[in-house]
Amino acid sequence: MATRFSSEQKRTMGLLTAPFTYAILLLAVPLLAIVLFSFWTQDFMEVNTTFTLDNYREIAEKPIYFSLLQRSLFVSFCVTLVTVVLAYPVAYFVSFKVQPSRKSLWLFLITIPFWTSYLIRVFLWKVILGYNGVINSGLINLGIIEEPLTFILYNVNAVIITLAHAFAPFAILPIFVALEKIDRSLLEASQDLGESKLMTFLRVTLPLSMPGLVAAVLIVFIPTIGDYVTPELMGGAGGKLIANMIQVQFLQLNNAPLGAALAIVAMLSVTAISLFFVFLNRRWLRGRS
Amino acid sequence: MSALIQLTAVQKYYGDYHALRDINLTINEGEFFSLLGPSGCGKTTLLRTIAGFEGVSEGAVMIAGKDMSDVPPNLRPTNMVFQSYAIFPHLSVAENVAFGLRKSGMGKPEKAAAVKDALNMVGLDGYGDRAAHALSGGQRQRVALARALILKPKVLLLDEPLSALDKKMREHMQVELIRLQRAVGITFILVTHDQEEALVMSDRIAVMFEGEIGQLADPESLYRRPNSRRVAEFIGKMNFINGTASATDEGAKLLVPGLGKCTIPAEQFPQGVTTGDVAIGIRPETLAVLFEGDKAPRFEAEAVVDEVVYYGDMTYYDVRVAEVEKPLTIAMKNLIGRPVLDVGAKTRIAWDERSLVVF
Repeated sequence: MATRFSSEQKRTMGLLTAPFTYAILLLAVPLLAIVLFSFWTQDFMEVNTTFTLDNYREIAEKPIYFSLLQRSLFVSFCVTLVTVVLAYPVAYFVSFKVQPSRKSLWLFLITIPFWTSYLIRVFLWKVILGYNGVINSGLINLGIIEEPLTFILYNVNAVIITLAHAFAPFAILPIFVALEKIDRSLLEASQDLGESKLMTFLRVTLPLSMPGLVAAVLIVFIPTIGDYVTPELMGGAGGKLIANMIQVQFLQLNNAPLGAALAIVAMLSVTAISLFFVFLNRRWLRGRS
Repeated sequence: MSALIQLTAVQKYYGDYHALRDINLTINEGEFFSLLGPSGCGKTTLLRTIAGFEGVSEGAVMIAGKDMSDVPPNLRPTNMVFQSYAIFPHLSVAENVAFGLRKSGMGKPEKAAAVKDALNMVGLDGYGDRAAHALSGGQRQRVALARALILKPKVLLLDEPLSALDKKMREHMQVELIRLQRAVGITFILVTHDQEEALVMSDRIAVMFEGEIGQLADPESLYRRPNSRRVAEFIGKMNFINGTASATDEGAKLLVPGLGKCTIPAEQFPQGVTTGDVAIGIRPETLAVLFEGDKAPRFEAEAVVDEVVYYGDMTYYDVRVAEVEKPLTIAMKNLIGRPVLDVGAKTRIAWDERSLVVF
């Protein structure tokens, strides 16, 4: 049975072929490879390709993996919370308080952290937070503390601070867009109907900006789970996360199958949590025109 | 009727821009009041100073005998229907209508009953569970009305509420708004740039130009006796002829070039009797094209048809009269047996000195 396509369908297919191939080769194939690897095992130097659930069994049995994943989720949760809570006022300020003609300038300024490489930014935080760093020497010279603070570098706190800074623009922009879309007469209507400014924020602005807020949460939460550069450089011994373990499995222990299985487990956890947020988003999107 | 809203010497500046110039206004209880004017005349600004969204630079706004200068919008006894209707998109129709009841102290069943009544009043019974975005323009407006009226405000402010609707819907809503206003007895203040809308709906109209009130009158006086040329030009259509006047004991003798001479009383000079060169205003429907056999009740003149615009129920003629610079517009009802004249036809027109307004 021959399938016939209209010329428009053919043209569409022609246009889609290149990006589709690209997506298959660079997204689907590697992902599939990871899934396959997770069901194989490492026999010293070579990979044993018999199907097995051994990797997953090992992950379930050894508490280190679970605690690493738990710590990863906790750190991502904290980073997301800190980033979004700090980003919201900034987005609100730019959207509501800045003159329309100045808004693009402000957005431009917000992207300044991106002008330097991610690694350099991480190292800069090291300089700021370090034992003899800017904060410690500053506080000592001011006479506020006598001993350098040690809880700000080489632990989970340092990871959270660095990541929250790195992801700030990602959180500000979607919230800003959501706030920009709010019809200002809705806020006046709320006040006109007897609500104070605070209640107007809680009953109108906040619910209407929810899609932006959820987008910000997802955009920050998902990549932080997979980040291993910051925990490696800033986390010290106690600040390592699941992504570091995956990296160790792949590159140092030469156990790609176990690394792949860990990656799959991390991915599934992120998916589960993200879906929860997507459903939350849907609830807010429902009823919006 | 007692005064409900009093504005005294209200001035409003935006930087150098003088948006409201010395507004003195009293609006009574139970009145349907309109602020009419071209865009940018300050009518919306004036409405927003009453609602509390704009402060005044000088002067005072009193509502029900209380000075409103430090009272924010949420504490004023006014509610507003916004031009965009401002229906909350994240809430259902019933939730929108109940929005302002949070602090009312009503229980759930009471609120539900109040919402039902309000929706009933605007003809939306059974729409409570609909999502806000599933409504048409006319329905949104009804929700906005119900949402404001459920709070039983002393004043309902309407900011160009009908401008987003199509013509049929607009005419329908005009009648509904009048009916609603009579039913609830609340003072309505309507902002509009549509003079017909203002004439149809209002008890009194304030015509605004460039931040000041040009004339404040009931619709009939406003139409028949506009107090200035700009009001006359803004309300309805009006022909203007340059003529000369000379004062007499009770009024003036008028020489209308091309039409003739007449004597009119002083009250047809809204700005006082002037002599010498004057502008004479004549409404199109107070002139008449004379068909064969018609006799002019007062005065008549020769004319040539310059343009014919056929509206179905009416025909508008532009006719040229010797010595009159611009063609005169005449509105004629298309009665049974009445022909529509062709361009270039010679005809006679009738005019009446009692309908003239002289500036």
